[in-house]
Amino acid sequence: MSSVPMSHILFVSTALFFIGMYGLFTRRNMITMLMAIELILNSVNINFVVFNKYLYPDKLDGIFFTIFIITIAAAEAAVAIAIIINLYRSHRSIDVENASEMKW
Amino acid sequence: MNALLLTAVFGVIMMLSSFLLTSKTAIRGLAVSGMVIVLAANVLEMMGIVFFKIDTKDMIAFDRFSLLFNSIVFISTLVYFLLSARDMEKVGINYGEYFALIFFVLCGVTLSSSFHSLLILFLGIEIISIPLYILTGSDKRNLKSNEASLKYFLLGAFSTGLMLMGIALIYGATGTFSTNGITTSPTSALVIAGMLLLMFSMAFKVSAAPFHFWTPDVYDGAPTVFTSFMATIVKVAAFIAFMRLFNDEFGSLQSRWQLLIALITAITLFIGNITAVFQQSVKRMLAYSSISQAGFMMMAIFAMNADAREGLLLYSAAYCLATIGIFAVLMKLKDYSFDGFNAFAKQQPLLAATTTIFLLSLAGIPLTAGFLSKFWMIKAVAGTGKYLWLVIFAVLMAVVSVYYYFRVIQAMYFKEGDGQTIEASLPFKWTLVLLAGIIVLLGVFPNWIIYWLYF
Repeated sequence: MSSVPMSHILFVSTALFFIGMYGLFTRRNMITMLMAIELILNSVNINFVVFNKYLYPDKLDGIFFTIFIITIAAAEAAVAIAIIINLYRSHRSIDVENASEMKW
Repeated sequence: MNALLLTAVFGVIMMLSSFLLTSKTAIRGLAVSGMVIVLAANVLEMMGIVFFKIDTKDMIAFDRFSLLFNSIVFISTLVYFLLSARDMEKVGINYGEYFALIFFVLCGVTLSSSFHSLLILFLGIEIISIPLYILTGSDKRNLKSNEASLKYFLLGAFSTGLMLMGIALIYGATGTFSTNGITTSPTSALVIAGMLLLMFSMAFKVSAAPFHFWTPDVYDGAPTVFTSFMATIVKVAAFIAFMRLFNDEFGSLQSRWQLLIALITAITLFIGNITAVFQQSVKRMLAYSSISQAGFMMMAIFAMNADAREGLLLYSAAYCLATIGIFAVLMKLKDYSFDGFNAFAKQQPLLAATTTIFLLSLAGIPLTAGFLSKFWMIKAVAGTGKYLWLVIFAVLMAVVSVYYYFRVIQAMYFKEGDGQTIEASLPFKWTLVLLAGIIVLLGVFPNWIIYWLYF
């Protein structure tokens, strides 16, 4: 069963985490940024499941945490889409560069 | 446990009330009475009377510290409802829902002040954040409000991602979520990386520099009623979570993170105070002032001794009450710039006098609660015997902060102008006077709060 070494899967999850981070900082489309955030959360999910399966297989702590993360991510996505729709109504675009009423 | 369940129940009740009750007065009355019931239930729990006995598998620990903090938060929210609930009507038509969201935030505050497991920390912080994204953007036709909620969401979700990665790494190293402290030695790289990620994400939540840049925009863009809530109650709740996390889980690694926290504290104090000096709008000045006050509260995280725990509770009470009072007065004005306060004292002498007390408390003038809480913080840092430059720096920065708080007082009393006409009801005025009285009394008898920590 455990033929794939743990380091390989950890490599995938770390790569996903940084791809998500890169997407969040470089993309200017709000939907893409939302997808980048989901990538970050899902890379953490992979981490939890892998640690649970390979290091502490006698308890299911990590897998339970994953379920909570999925639930919270869904709630967050719902709020995010509402915010994006609201912004689209006023700006007629979903580019964050156009949302610059206030200076940083 | 009482407060946790009751806040969630009242959140649902307020949600139903928005379509069952048509009168806004009835909704407001329901919210205020709900808050009184939650506060009473929490005080009863401090006396040892628990209504609900639920086995949480040691994931939540309601100790004296968290119960006392919850009481302070509920008193502040009650004062906030009494002073500002009427102003929420101006934000939009969904009056009942705003109260529902605030009750859900309080549920998250209860969780994040009493967690004994990293899972509950995550849930608490998220239950605080998600309703706040909605409250920030609740002024739907206002571009600034929309933009503020977008920025808040993006940076909040990013810091949540960091926090989750930190929790995952710590789980990988220790195999448990309960915050009993890191005992494995030598400390593995996983633990250090996880600790750093958690530190950064918590610094985001409490808006400590260099992770503060979202704060001025979000506080400025959000409707002023909800800025008042975010800048006070939510911020101190994040601080309590920060303190519990670093006391329980990472207490044994204190020598490793102390220098980093000291640097974050110094940068926060510097940026918050220096930038606040250059602001033209009082609302934005209060946003920067909340960053500089966060710098003072970070000193408690740095010191992490008995003085720091007492001081953080006193600080959260002093800071919440004074800031809620200033925001309540600010909401009545139409012009938020410093000039908007010109000749305010001639027009509303009582409101000007109470605002002066709040500002003096924030600046840390003796005989107010703000002075004693700053004193406690400095005493805590001096008690560690290390990093004495931090104490000197904090005192210097407190001196800088006097400048921008006194600018408001100067505008109110010594400048000529055509003072804005505002209407303030009699109960509003008396609540403000009562609030100012509490602040002065806490400045003379701080033991009224600290006593409850030990009795």
